[in-house]
Amino acid sequence: MKVLVPIKRVIDYNVKARVKSDKTDVDLTNVKMAMNPFCEIAIEEAIRLKEAGTASEVIAVTIGPKASQEQLRTALALGADKAIHIETDEKLESLHIAKLLAKIVEQEAPELVILGKQSIDSDNNQTGQMLAALTKRGQGTFASKVEVVDGKVNVTREVDGGLQTVALSLPAIVTTDLRLNEPRYASLPNIMKAKRKPLEVIAADTLGVDLTARVQLISVEEPAKRTAGIIVEDVAQLVEKLKTEAKVI
Amino acid sequence: MKTLVIAEHDNGVLKPETSKTINAAAKLGFPIDVLIAGENLGVLSEEVALINGVASVLVADNAVYAHQLAESMADLVLSLADSYSHIVVSATTTGKNFMPRVAALLDVAQISEIIDVVDAETFKRPIYAGNAIATVKSLDSKKVITVRASSFDLQTEQASAPIKAVNTVSDSALSSFVSDEQTKSERPELTAATVVISGGRGMQNGENFSLLHGIADKLGAAIGASRAAVDAGFVPNDMQVGQTGKIVAPNLYIAVGISGAIQHLAGMKDSKVIVAINKDPDAPIFQVADYGLVADLFDVLPQLEQAL
Repeated sequence: MKVLVPIKRVIDYNVKARVKSDKTDVDLTNVKMAMNPFCEIAIEEAIRLKEAGTASEVIAVTIGPKASQEQLRTALALGADKAIHIETDEKLESLHIAKLLAKIVEQEAPELVILGKQSIDSDNNQTGQMLAALTKRGQGTFASKVEVVDGKVNVTREVDGGLQTVALSLPAIVTTDLRLNEPRYASLPNIMKAKRKPLEVIAADTLGVDLTARVQLISVEEPAKRTAGIIVEDVAQLVEKLKTEAKVI
Repeated sequence: MKTLVIAEHDNGVLKPETSKTINAAAKLGFPIDVLIAGENLGVLSEEVALINGVASVLVADNAVYAHQLAESMADLVLSLADSYSHIVVSATTTGKNFMPRVAALLDVAQISEIIDVVDAETFKRPIYAGNAIATVKSLDSKKVITVRASSFDLQTEQASAPIKAVNTVSDSALSSFVSDEQTKSERPELTAATVVISGGRGMQNGENFSLLHGIADKLGAAIGASRAAVDAGFVPNDMQVGQTGKIVAPNLYIAVGISGAIQHLAGMKDSKVIVAINKDPDAPIFQVADYGLVADLFDVLPQLEQAL
């Protein structure tokens, strides 16, 4: 079966985001960018399905500016067979992304789409669920285990009280949680090979999706700062401070 | 203009997130109906009716909704959506699961995890793991919103609101429930506890988390963990506090053997008082802690339990 993995280029997770002084957004000039960590897990899971003989082809797709092709090449180096770049310089929202992805789902007809559960920049946690709604497919979000059996996919989900397993009819949409797998590193020969793998570029505005903004970003501010408090000498002083000064115990 | 809030409950227990989310919805300034979906909801729907600000309770009591699967829940909410300008749910794993599906079916954007209501169409929400706060305005006619419950207080009580049955039954063929594996705990729930004590990689193994038990018992605290402790397999993942785990804002948060990575801070930095116990004086956690103790946790934890 064919597996489609949408990925996103985001700020590297080790970098602390800085707000622009004019408060219009977060400053991303000269900031290290990388593949969103949850997307890496999605790619890894798709590759494992291919190695297990369950998947026949893995297609990576991204939506964004030209620079996003770096992340597609990473996906190809990790083992994806081909890549699709939907090119746009617009800042798109989850609903736009889901609608564009729905067009690719229509075109490629993958039986499984695996996405990250959220991107670490916008922290929305929406795209997979929206794509499932638009393509009328079942959804297995926050997956920590994915098993394809007899035309169904069993997804163990990380929920607030513990774990929940659901069975979805294929085709289906899965979003990954951190514990689904440990992503591999791309080897140098694979990085070289990835340069020759097919990468199709499609202009976003040719897909017939209305990309009008639905949400207006009014301002972005630094959160209220917490300042370092005091260092106590020992446990007795700590307990004393908590009782008499902070009055929390 | 009317608001629909979807109640959060689990195994016959109404979650405190419901009351906090109703409080957030009240700031929109419109009448609030609350939908509760599940099985055997008699007592729960009466509890919801007592929360201040609830105009009426809509009860979808059917086996189909027992596990609140996204596909059926989304169809149910969609069937009621015409009467409401705002649809609101708490950003728990259940709410996060079905709400974007509702938004897409309505063809509107979703505003995720709001921490403040500016007006009926403008909201504040954290982005970049809480390193920035965005103020966003929804341009859609219908607003679909999830709420970070820890940013809002519990709502007070009122005289019971009327309870109405909803008879829509949506049994989706797309998905079915297989099994549940609940983590059992005698302690207060992490997101609702007034005191939280969390262990990190410094705990070294799962057994050492028992060092936290005595302290948690004396303080009536819930026990949490950093992602490092969860990934190392010390404790189950539903104990994880952080950007990708639970967001907590207790009166007292005690971080033990936790360095204070961005991802962890995103889940606890709105706590009233933060205490850090770490043997590394340069650990970033000390930059946000009100009280820091630079010491070996294995020496300090037994002393702390004694002293309480």
